[in-house]
Amino acid sequence: MTISNTSATPIRPLAGVGNNWLRDLAGIAIILAAAVAGYFLFPNNLALLTRMIAIMLFVLSLDLVTGYCGVATLGHAALFGSGAYAAGIAAAHFGITEPLTMVAIGALGGAIAGLVSGVVILRGHGLAQLVLSIAIIHLFHEAANKASAYTGGSDGLAGISPEPILGLFAFDLWGRTAYVFGIILLVVIFFLLRILVRSPFGMLCRGIRQDPVRVSAMGASVKSTLLKMYVISGLVAGVGGGFNAVSTQVVGLDSLSFTNSAEALVMLVLGGTGTLYGALIGTIVFIGVEDLVSAANPFHWLTIVGALLIAVVLFAPKGLYGTAAAIIERYRKDGR
Amino acid sequence: MTAVFQVDHLKKSFGGLDVTRDVSLSLKKGDRVALIGPNGAGKTTFVNLVTGHLRPNSGRVLMGGEDISAFNPMRRVRAGLVRSFQVTRLFADMTPEQHVALAILQREGKSGRIAGSFRAMPEVMHETYAILETLNLATLATAPVSEIAYGQQRLLEIALAMALRPQVLLLDEPAAGVPHSDTFLIESALAQLPNDLAVLMIEHDMDLVFRFAKRVIVLAAGEIIFDGSPREVTKDARVREAYLGSYAGAVNS
Ligand SMILES: Nc1ncnc2c1ncn2[C@@H]1O[C@H](COP(=O)(O)OP(=O)(O)OP(=O)(O)O)[C@@H](O)[C@H]1O
Ligand SMILES: [Mg+2]
Repeated sequence: MTISNTSATPIRPLAGVGNNWLRDLAGIAIILAAAVAGYFLFPNNLALLTRMIAIMLFVLSLDLVTGYCGVATLGHAALFGSGAYAAGIAAAHFGITEPLTMVAIGALGGAIAGLVSGVVILRGHGLAQLVLSIAIIHLFHEAANKASAYTGGSDGLAGISPEPILGLFAFDLWGRTAYVFGIILLVVIFFLLRILVRSPFGMLCRGIRQDPVRVSAMGASVKSTLLKMYVISGLVAGVGGGFNAVSTQVVGLDSLSFTNSAEALVMLVLGGTGTLYGALIGTIVFIGVEDLVSAANPFHWLTIVGALLIAVVLFAPKGLYGTAAAIIERYRKDGR
Repeated sequence: MTAVFQVDHLKKSFGGLDVTRDVSLSLKKGDRVALIGPNGAGKTTFVNLVTGHLRPNSGRVLMGGEDISAFNPMRRVRAGLVRSFQVTRLFADMTPEQHVALAILQREGKSGRIAGSFRAMPEVMHETYAILETLNLATLATAPVSEIAYGQQRLLEIALAMALRPQVLLLDEPAAGVPHSDTFLIESALAQLPNDLAVLMIEHDMDLVFRFAKRVIVLAAGEIIFDGSPREVTKDARVREAYLGSYAGAVNS
């Protein structure tokens, strides 16, 4: 059936479409402002900020499966690390050193890892799912360790020397090019993900997180929807990994580790799940605090992470962003 | 006329407990049938078996003559068999508008789209609001479901079923949990269902049953003990017995 006469019933809330775009543009403006501020405030710390960008992409990808779909995973570094290795191996062994191409290869590597992880992890539910995800990351780690001819094993993969981006922008000693490159990648991906989470597919994923039985009673396939999200998540994580390989020029086994997976989850919970913004804020706070405190005393760093996590889980269960957003929302409602 | 929906010799036991004992029934286009029975009779289990949420020990389910027994729940919905739930199953942080739009998008095969919002799709918006208006939910369209009254959540369950345009609709106690003074809302919603749709409604509220159904099936201890007109059901001795609770063990008529 087609209903051609759309003016018969007034469609009031269409204004909401504009609102969403406005909010996203504001979000992107804030990211850009923060990026510029970071550039001028920490000119000697651009390498740290650049690493933050790579991890942000990683945590965003985790938010897609954990925050939006409700999949519990401690193995998400498999996607990030595969992206990093794919880009690194392409550069070190096959002479593909154009950075954008390397990032694209990273995305592909991440997507394939996402497909493989998804097929395995989605077979389980709850605790079984968590255990499968841990098994996955250990398998990936061990595979990378064994394939040392390609990966450099525990020594890490070196010999990655990226060309100028598109042959135009060479990487400099201060890491300015890498930083700007990263910001552009982040903004583009973030924008695309905002579109994704608002799409019909994004709604379906949110539905699955809340009640998969209801979703299947609507005639939708829970499994294939989740698998599709895993592949998309792999693309994003792979971009992060590929970018990390480009900007640091090494890939280490730690990128494919359980610790890396767990830290990403901590960052996500810290910032708040299922908003994308929370993923960014959680990463900034985690890596920022880590840098500040671990410079003084590495032992205190872990104590502070523990204290921070407990505080967030107890007093701000929606994470830093989620809680702040809820407070603002309440304030706005009262004001009206 | 051939049956749009048919169940043959369905059997299910949990451990040693026979919850569904050889149940067979069929529905025609436009049927309005009530399935009643005491608590624990196996009514919800019957729905779960038929929709693929539970696997029967034996028996078949057919839609329009096609055997769908091997289908998973998703494919059964696509074959036109839709259900509602006894206890509302909705997405707490989503709005009625989003629920209905998602069901429409799903039906149209568009729920996998990774870009674009349903709000920018006039035909989806139009149909969404047409359904919400039919059920008097349009004013709540953009409130999160967790903030609307339970009775209205029940209406939204019906709205979702309508949005899927089924051929056969199984309603599991659509008025459960709704205050008696508000059941008329559910009743008028049911009156809006398409005429050619076959509806099987499980319900405890007998007033509702008598006004809605042209045929009543009584399930007791997993067995169909009556299948006939609403007028006869109150006079049936076995039905009375079942409702008096003395049914167990007295099955020898
Ligand atoms: N998954 C299960 N495992 C074991 N027993 C079950 C299961 N599901 C239902 N039962 C049992 O099967 C019987 C029928 O349950 P069912 O929910 O189908 O009843 P019902 O007719 O829908 O009752 P009500 O009117 O209370 O909704 C009950 O005795 C119940 O305890
Ligand atoms: Mg029941």
